[in-house]
Amino acid sequence: MSAAQWRKAMNFSATSRHWAGGRVVPPPAGRAATPASTPPAINGQRLWRHIGARHVVVLAAVLLYPWIVPPFFTFQIGGQALALGLIALSLTFLAGYGGMLSLAQMTVAGIAGYVVAILGESGTPQISLGWPWWLVVLFAIAAGTASATFIGWLSVRTEGIYTIMITLAIGVAFFYLAQQNYEIFNGFQGFQKVVPPVVLGVDWRSPVPYYYLVLFWALCGYFFVKYLIRAPFGVALQGVRDNARRMSALGFSPVAHRVAAYAVAGVIASIGGVLLVWYNGLISPGSVGTGWLINILIIAVLGGLRHPVGPFIGAVVFVLLQNFAIDLVDRERFNLVIGLIFLVIVLFSPDGLLGWWAWLRERAGRRLARSAVGGKDWRSVGVQQARPAGRS
Amino acid sequence: MTRRTTWFGALAGAAVAAVLPASLQAQDTIKIGLLATLEGPFAAGGQDGMRGAELALKQRGGMVAGKKIEIIKGSSDAKPDVAVNATRKLVEQDKVQIMVGPLSGSEGIAVKDYSKSQPGVTFINGGSGAQATTLVDPSPNFFRFNTEGAQWMVGLGTYAYATKGYKKMAVIAEDYAFPYSQVQGFMAEYCKAGGKVTHKAWVPLGGKDYSSVIAKLPQDVDALLVVLGGADAVNFLTQYEQAGGDKPMVGGSITVDQTVLNFKGKRRDSLVGTPSAGPMADGIDTPEWKKFVADYKTNFKDGFPSPSLFATVYYLNMKAALDALEAVNGDLSGNQAKYREALAKLVLKSPVGDIKVDDNRQAIGSTYITEVTKGADGVFFNKVVKIIPNVDQRLGMSKADFDKMGLGSRDVPSCP
Repeated sequence: MSAAQWRKAMNFSATSRHWAGGRVVPPPAGRAATPASTPPAINGQRLWRHIGARHVVVLAAVLLYPWIVPPFFTFQIGGQALALGLIALSLTFLAGYGGMLSLAQMTVAGIAGYVVAILGESGTPQISLGWPWWLVVLFAIAAGTASATFIGWLSVRTEGIYTIMITLAIGVAFFYLAQQNYEIFNGFQGFQKVVPPVVLGVDWRSPVPYYYLVLFWALCGYFFVKYLIRAPFGVALQGVRDNARRMSALGFSPVAHRVAAYAVAGVIASIGGVLLVWYNGLISPGSVGTGWLINILIIAVLGGLRHPVGPFIGAVVFVLLQNFAIDLVDRERFNLVIGLIFLVIVLFSPDGLLGWWAWLRERAGRRLARSAVGGKDWRSVGVQQARPAGRS
Repeated sequence: MTRRTTWFGALAGAAVAAVLPASLQAQDTIKIGLLATLEGPFAAGGQDGMRGAELALKQRGGMVAGKKIEIIKGSSDAKPDVAVNATRKLVEQDKVQIMVGPLSGSEGIAVKDYSKSQPGVTFINGGSGAQATTLVDPSPNFFRFNTEGAQWMVGLGTYAYATKGYKKMAVIAEDYAFPYSQVQGFMAEYCKAGGKVTHKAWVPLGGKDYSSVIAKLPQDVDALLVVLGGADAVNFLTQYEQAGGDKPMVGGSITVDQTVLNFKGKRRDSLVGTPSAGPMADGIDTPEWKKFVADYKTNFKDGFPSPSLFATVYYLNMKAALDALEAVNGDLSGNQAKYREALAKLVLKSPVGDIKVDDNRQAIGSTYITEVTKGADGVFFNKVVKIIPNVDQRLGMSKADFDKMGLGSRDVPSCP
């Protein structure tokens, strides 16, 4: 059964959700009026139609970015935001499309990071095994994905607040394991000098190469998630999110889909974790502590869970605040500013910054509609579709 | 609607303001970055560290050699990755020329590693006291004008063995680099003098429940060496008394610091008579120290009754930075070569005696052995009982002897 068929059968217009932020140009009136009839299959022609001016501008901006800003902005703002965004993307995928709010995504990333430090080279040669970097990275992503699958398998039978609780418990348990185990995790001190390898004569720790490395994987993650949510698996996953009982009556296994979603999110989070440990050059229990578990949630919610670009926007805002809030006010009170800005964003837009974007587009659409000759412009229809119904 | 627009505008404005590079400074201003922990477990200590550093600048009226000194503050939460991020921001974004910080051990090692990638900036430690910072793979532009964890305990081993008569002891300490160093500084001497340490309990940082640790403590020891900081020390002491423990204690340098002495609880009376050692003491009887305390009290009404250890070491490091700047008349040219030479030659006249640095740019200074005493006004203070001058990082041993022992760890040194 194709995704389009069952979507029809379920009388559920998932396509409208994708139009929320996914499309550059609002669709022509005819198609917008009958979203359910559009097959979600991706072919070359359709793909090109999806690319608009905004995509080109954003892509050019992120590619040129390191050449117009000082190294500090390339590395600490750009590099860090993209690595954190990638980890938060895994949460966006799980929470936004699977309806499972997992707080353990930083734990998955941390497990991958710890594997990099333990199997690769670090400042603690008594523990680190010094394997070649490509093998280390493979093992790190495999270990991260395996642990994510395990976490998923443990927590899929719970819902809502219980998923949050069980994933939080797993995250905190791993934090204490890492802090108190000295044979493998080197306890409170963790590992120092965990740096990216020099490959092809390029030092991947220096700002510009690191930025492009992390940008490449961020784009991979972004397009992968965008593809996946329209593929049959992704659509079925959204079906499970919206009505698991109906899906199971249709012959889908909600548990299998959810565990698979955890595994997919685990791959993304593990890649982010490897990049993050290379960014920091070290990993310690503090990197997987409760603070960071929550920070990933903050990043995802700040950006908005409605579209895979949300976590990256959230991460940029988060990293900018972490770095520059201390310059804005009394330096002993800067955490207050960070908290207030988060509060303002979440309070005035439950959909995060993406919600503001949709709202701005709606306003612009209305203005256009008013000035349009026929009075009723197609844009207003498109934007109506873009507003999420029943999501919060 | 309009309210939302306003909020959005305000946020965008804030973001733009944050992204814009720091305003151009005049040529006669020197920027110093100051990093301490204003968040996390050492927030109180970090705040007092900032006070100490600010005091050093205030005593000079904010000017050195006719140049205005601008301090730009950064904050971390005692995690090394956060400390490096904050340092990188101060150095690469705010363009500070001299960097003072950070506060805790593993942060110090991480910042030292970072300093190698910034040869144009001089790094001076804040409060961190890990041995490895200057002993293993030292950085040519990282200076430390405070003595570290192991040096702070020199003399205490002999004092506990000979004066107090403790022949057999048990150790309870937190399980990371700083307490390893402290225990090493104590045991290196204590074992040599003939004492035995029969039991070592390494507990996680930030532990709440010590009952299992207390149950395992041997009964046949004369005293306990307790190297726990802040809330951990208070928790342990409370639970140890409740469990009926009555062994006398010997404290680490941050176990009976002002932060612990100021703890408002009934049990704190049991601290009286506890010997400990450190780079400073409340009861130092020199005019320099008294002036330092008086200045601290005048400038910071919201501070502690007397400057804490962190305030003192941040003061020392900031004073060294400013004194050397005065010596070269504010000249930071030639990749700060003259300035670094001045730092290396500097004999720092400080409230805790003269301090100079060795070839690894690590301080050689005095260690104060103290006992907790209750003052006439009911305020606890550490009374100085002995001063050990010129303590170096190898604890007075030859390089060969020290290298043979190695850096302090869970099992080094050992004398069961």
